[in-house]
Amino acid sequence: MSTATNGHVAEPVVDYAEVLKTYDPVMGLEVHVELNTATKMFCGCATGFGEAPNTQTCPVCLGLPGALPVVNVAAVDSAIRIGLALNCEIASWCRFARKNYFYPDMPKNFQTSQYDEPIAYNGYLDVEMPDGSTYRVEIERAHMEEDTGKSLHIGGATGRIHGADHSLVDYNRAGIPLVEIVTRPLVGAGAHAPEVAKAYVATLRDLLKALRVSDVRMEQGSIRCDVNLSLRARSQDPAAQNDVPLGTRTETKNVNSLRSVERAVRYEMTRHAAVLNGGASILQETRHWHEDTGVTTSGRVKSDADDYRYFPEPDLVPVAPTREHVEELRATMPEPPAERRRRLQGDWGYSDLEMRDVMNAGAVLLIEETVAAGGTPVGARKWWLGEIARRASAQARDLADFGVTAADVAELDGLVTSGRLNDSMARQVLDGVLASEGSPVAVADARGLRLVKDDGALSDAVDAVIAANPAVADKVREGKVAAAGALIGQVMKEMKGQADAARARELILEKLGAA
Amino acid sequence: MSAISRDDVAHLAMLARIDLSDAELDKMSGELAIILESVARVSEVATDDVPPTSHPLPMTNVNRPDVVRPSLTAEAVLAAAPASEQQRFSVPRILDGD
Ligand SMILES: [Zn+2]
Repeated sequence: MSTATNGHVAEPVVDYAEVLKTYDPVMGLEVHVELNTATKMFCGCATGFGEAPNTQTCPVCLGLPGALPVVNVAAVDSAIRIGLALNCEIASWCRFARKNYFYPDMPKNFQTSQYDEPIAYNGYLDVEMPDGSTYRVEIERAHMEEDTGKSLHIGGATGRIHGADHSLVDYNRAGIPLVEIVTRPLVGAGAHAPEVAKAYVATLRDLLKALRVSDVRMEQGSIRCDVNLSLRARSQDPAAQNDVPLGTRTETKNVNSLRSVERAVRYEMTRHAAVLNGGASILQETRHWHEDTGVTTSGRVKSDADDYRYFPEPDLVPVAPTREHVEELRATMPEPPAERRRRLQGDWGYSDLEMRDVMNAGAVLLIEETVAAGGTPVGARKWWLGEIARRASAQARDLADFGVTAADVAELDGLVTSGRLNDSMARQVLDGVLASEGSPVAVADARGLRLVKDDGALSDAVDAVIAANPAVADKVREGKVAAAGALIGQVMKEMKGQADAARARELILEKLGAA
Repeated sequence: MSAISRDDVAHLAMLARIDLSDAELDKMSGELAIILESVARVSEVATDDVPPTSHPLPMTNVNRPDVVRPSLTAEAVLAAAPASEQQRFSVPRILDGD
């Protein structure tokens, strides 16, 4: 049964450090990737995001009687390319299967998926950790399936599923191609388990972007992560840790930001430990993640695969990529993540520490896009990891979906490097961009922000400040150049911040004969 | 392999969202057992050298290009809905979905 988001009883948790004294965490991550094909998996309906409800449907994706699905060749190629990038073997013959269930988000009463014959299997992804080490995530499988419709739950006290009177369904998303990437159990991460989970999803996101197979917009749901977590007893002998049997796992659904992936793993670890410490057992169930409160609540008891009564989809013939075709697709692989990281670090001239910070912030892609849009590497890093990161963090949001685009940052950086704005003005412009006032140039224009280059106005202000501060001016005349600082401050104030402080200093020293 | 318990039938009925009375469960258990026995006779013929067949025709890779075709209008789609609201299908509340 679902539990309401609001008013749920907080479950006991233990301190994170305490968890690790007694337990060893094991994770499994399932990432659903929405492909960026023009059409759906099995019909020619468009896949645009945010279109009017039920305007991108047809007899096939509505499951009307007699409609026959036909596979989208671009989706199969994308799935194979994802498999290759994850170092998987590619099936030479595989089928689709019907996953039968009775939620109204699929009008057919089943979801077309793959069951025991995934298109790609047995792979791995090497994930570079912030500390410079590498964690190898083993990939069990990557299979093709279709997305479901979107439900809006109406009525009830909370507006959530529990207590809802009825649901309204939009099938625009139903049938959009998905690839689900399933890891093998991630062991040995210990205290770093939450960071490993986050780094894996960030690396996967950047890889999918480089493959150009998905929009990778987590906030729009084009990448969605399910987090499986279990705890087992910590072994005294680290070498024997993997002999300890796995504990019961929970599956936290729809964790849709990098930050949340890390937090959800951390939270479930502390919750599991509290349950186990209390002598109780973990119930194998799905959990709902609550972004606002950072906790999970009980979902439904997990169905067995048997309950989905999978069987081969009779309306779709098997997919059998030729080896030649697979090799053609292999030739389109982007550079591996570690190589890419090294190349970018070289291109941008970042130190190891700077690059590590960028990776840890999940900002590699953002900086790459910013530089591609004309920003300087130094400026891109400064803005994303500085002012923007600070504001995003204060609002508990991911950088990538904070409302500032790479193009905005490139433009903002350009305004500073061209000398139109100083840093303090640029920060005001950033606030304007975040307040949806427009692009940086538009905000700067609308707010009348521009460094005053005209020496006339600046010169007048310097004269006025010198006249008003004869004692300080005398000190400067006597050669105490440091005293000029007080005058510069007043000039800037007089100019309402819209002056070049370096030029103000030059003018003061010139006028006082100290230059 | 043909044995199907009353509990199995109750579980399947729950999955299929079919509300069966006690009498119906008893009746269905018996009837489904007969159907399963009949189907099981096929496996007597299917020896190890006969692979399970899901598709009668030996075809693979029937694809279509990734080219958009017109969708139906929302009006046409919702005309077939038992009820609609806000240009969406209105359905009974979901008890245990996610
Ligand atoms: Zn369609």
